[in-house]
Amino acid sequence: MLINVALNLTARDERAMNNYNRSKSALTVLDLTVSYSGKTALFSVDANFPIESMSAIIGPNGAGKSSFLKAVLNITPSLSGKVKIFDMSLKQAREHIAYVPQRTSIDWDFPASVLDVVKMGLYRELGLFGWLTTAHLKAAYEALDRVGMANLANRQIGQLSGGQQQRVFLARALIQNAKLYLLDEPFAGVDAATERIMIDVLKELKTNCKSIICVHHDLATVRSYFDHVFFINIEKVAEGPTASTFTPENLRTTYGERLAATHIEQLHPDASVITA
Amino acid sequence: MGVDFIQFSLTPILIGVLASVACALPGNFLILRQQALLGDAVSHVVFPGIVMGFLVSGTVSATPMVMGAISAAIIAVVCIEIIKRFGRIDPGAAMGITFSSLFASGVIALEQSDTTTVHLDVEHALMGNLESLIWYEANGWHSLIEPASLAQLPHELNRLALVCIIILVLLFIFWRPLKISTFDEYFARTTGLPTITISLCLTMISTISAVTAFDAVGCIIVIAMFICPPATARLITNRLYFQVWWSVGFASLSAVLGYILAGYGPLWLGVENSVSAAGMIATISGFILGLACLFGQYRARTNCS
Amino acid sequence: MNNFLNALIFNAGYNTNLVTFGATLLGFSAGISGTFLFLRKRALVCDAIAHATLPGIGLAFITMVLLGGDGRNLAGLLTGSIVTASLGTATISWIVHNTRLTEDAAIGAVLSVFFGFGIVLLTIIQSMAIGYQAGLEHFFLGATAGMLFQDAIIISLGGVLTVATILLLRRPMMLVAFDINYAYTRGYNVQLVDFTIMALVLAVTAISLKIVGLILIVAMLIIPAVTARFWTERSDHILWIASGIGAVSSYIGTALSASVSALPTGPVIVIVCTSMFIFSLFLAPARGIIVVMYNNWQFQKRVHLRQGLLALASSEVIRDALTLKLLRRAKCLRKDGVATSTGIIKAQQAVLDERRWKIALRIFEKYNLKSHYYRLTPIDVVFTSEEIAKIDSILTELPTTSIDNSIT
Repeated sequence: MLINVALNLTARDERAMNNYNRSKSALTVLDLTVSYSGKTALFSVDANFPIESMSAIIGPNGAGKSSFLKAVLNITPSLSGKVKIFDMSLKQAREHIAYVPQRTSIDWDFPASVLDVVKMGLYRELGLFGWLTTAHLKAAYEALDRVGMANLANRQIGQLSGGQQQRVFLARALIQNAKLYLLDEPFAGVDAATERIMIDVLKELKTNCKSIICVHHDLATVRSYFDHVFFINIEKVAEGPTASTFTPENLRTTYGERLAATHIEQLHPDASVITA
Repeated sequence: MGVDFIQFSLTPILIGVLASVACALPGNFLILRQQALLGDAVSHVVFPGIVMGFLVSGTVSATPMVMGAISAAIIAVVCIEIIKRFGRIDPGAAMGITFSSLFASGVIALEQSDTTTVHLDVEHALMGNLESLIWYEANGWHSLIEPASLAQLPHELNRLALVCIIILVLLFIFWRPLKISTFDEYFARTTGLPTITISLCLTMISTISAVTAFDAVGCIIVIAMFICPPATARLITNRLYFQVWWSVGFASLSAVLGYILAGYGPLWLGVENSVSAAGMIATISGFILGLACLFGQYRARTNCS
Repeated sequence: MNNFLNALIFNAGYNTNLVTFGATLLGFSAGISGTFLFLRKRALVCDAIAHATLPGIGLAFITMVLLGGDGRNLAGLLTGSIVTASLGTATISWIVHNTRLTEDAAIGAVLSVFFGFGIVLLTIIQSMAIGYQAGLEHFFLGATAGMLFQDAIIISLGGVLTVATILLLRRPMMLVAFDINYAYTRGYNVQLVDFTIMALVLAVTAISLKIVGLILIVAMLIIPAVTARFWTERSDHILWIASGIGAVSSYIGTALSASVSALPTGPVIVIVCTSMFIFSLFLAPARGIIVVMYNNWQFQKRVHLRQGLLALASSEVIRDALTLKLLRRAKCLRKDGVATSTGIIKAQQAVLDERRWKIALRIFEKYNLKSHYYRLTPIDVVFTSEEIAKIDSILTELPTTSIDNSIT
């Protein structure tokens, strides 16, 4: 009896329904499981991020948001799972990817100038001995200019404010001229001016047919910044266009009791109806 | 400044300088990667390695001992990684366990074997014998251009010069990957750099310079030179490129000053016996670091976040 | 062998007994104070402390000779060693707080420079006309053979004093090491306690110099703490296990060294300690490498098998090599990739398990069962058969779409 129920269910299994149209997706992940020191960080996560859009990865602290990006980029090992980027393997797609790590993962006291850091983004192009031409330098200054940092190009990176550091990281990603930008908490602890500059740059990227995926923590800005959301809390909770997916139910399922009902109301005008 | 100087002081000073530079160069990156104590760990395990090399080969010739030292250092690095990764113990403790255990086994192996005829002991390993690396065949400045005398230069000098050149060439070739992966490992990984291999290679290079320098000058200089000159340089500049060259300068300065002070300082004070050159070089490098700590232009942490 | 047994049962001469007794107590103290350092992530500070004792020993020797005394007086040498070791510790914290250098660089710099200066002093002492061997090189590796009676007294007295201090101050020290925030809220003077811990480490280091030697003291302080870490997750247990390991290895090591010729005490103690460490590293049941790796591999297999079975149930194509291999080995899949009857049954069970878990997570939400689910624990391990029956009744009542929509 029970087994029959189960069999009926399998026909409707979510996996079967996820018939991804891969040519339209920037990043596809299947069955990603990550575990370290006996703790499961990600559990059987499927995901599908559309191209030419801005996507947010949302979830509470410790939900595996950063682990997800790191596992996708093979920075940390995963127990199982398949990753496709523009329908290519990670290795083939490497030149199309620009990754912006969390600002706090770096020792900013490192002896380097702002320009040095941006030039690091040219490594794939230059290799060990590639000559740094004036065109390259010009590109570096342009990237810095786009984030409003050109006048600080020779500043030691440790002397920058948190927001300025984050903008330098974005400039380094810009100069890589990638198709997919993966950003880990780009807006964490930055000033309002930086946030505005960065979101303008990212939106401009999107209009230039680039795909952007951000780990994001500020729920208040999700609607205005992103057109695709991915809810995660160790498992995938939901994914889809912001308009239809960024709902109080999904927020509640993702965050549990941590997110007060009042908070949800602020985020979603219809929330009072649904909670009632 | 005559024949005496060339015979008895020139080569030790040169060897001191080369040993210091060979250690200071990789030390720059170890410090930035917060692995400064790797030099400490490696130089402690060189001693058991030399003992093993001697016990296996039965001779005191250089080759088996250097091979033994290098293999001991590799074993140590592997042990540290295992304890760190699989045992989930923080790196400092992992290093402490590994080098003290290996050092202890080296001492026991030495004590238990019949080595009374051989000049191989712990003190010698710690203090080195820089003073004894003299160029006996030299009899004046003209010896510097005589092939016959040059052929009799202490082989430590040639070996260290070779190691220095190799390190400089490697630094030149792999400057960009080394810089990127030291600064931002995650980013380096996403651009396709083999960060783990780079890290292992840096460890290997450090090991080789530690072993070669240890053979000539003992382990105090090795530990001091891995850390003090790069640390000093770090306090007076904010550019990696200049930091590396400054560290070379400070390493050379410590070696020259240290040797001269150890050899001639007591004479100036009216005492007959000279003091340990290795100890003096380490002391001078620490003195310079102390000055940089007090007056270096960039001594303070700049990170405002 | 007989000698060894005699040493073990304190029957090997008055001096040896005293030294063995003192060493055991010092091992106990070293285990505990090392644990404090290890938990505060400052393990290698003690290496710098140990190396920084050398100039103090040298200076004390020179001073005592210049004052017309016997330079070898142990009490005087230990006082000197404590002075420079404190200076070294203070230098490290000054560098860390006032410059951009990190702690590891500060430790290395202090260690090498102080030690180098100590070597300079030793060469000065060698050239002093004092008419007897200074014997300071014994402080490198420790030597208990031929120890003077008064030195043995100092060592055992030192051992008693450090143990007494630990027993007296264990509560505040444990609190600071394990839960510093709580210690703050309880109004403890954390800095004072930290200072006490460092003072204790200094004292243990200085007194153990003659037994273990300054190069290897770091082992006596760190290895017991790390070894204990493999056996328990509870901080207070670590403390007592570490002290036990320290005491036992010092006891066995000193006895061995006293009974076998050409076995220096320090290295033997370290080797005894290390063998316990290696044993624990691999075989400890809680965190030993073998257990951890076996568990990881088992978990990876479970993950792949489960994903394979779920894929079988929804007739997806399986490409992952490991998944295919595991399915074949479990006789769920034929060589040609077609599911066997066992495979179909197991796949249905996996799907059912999945459905049950999703219901269970919802109805038992407050019990925080997710970690079991994420470790792929079979559902009948976590729940009783009555509970499963309850889950099944909900499962059959619910329309299938609502399970999918509300949970996934």
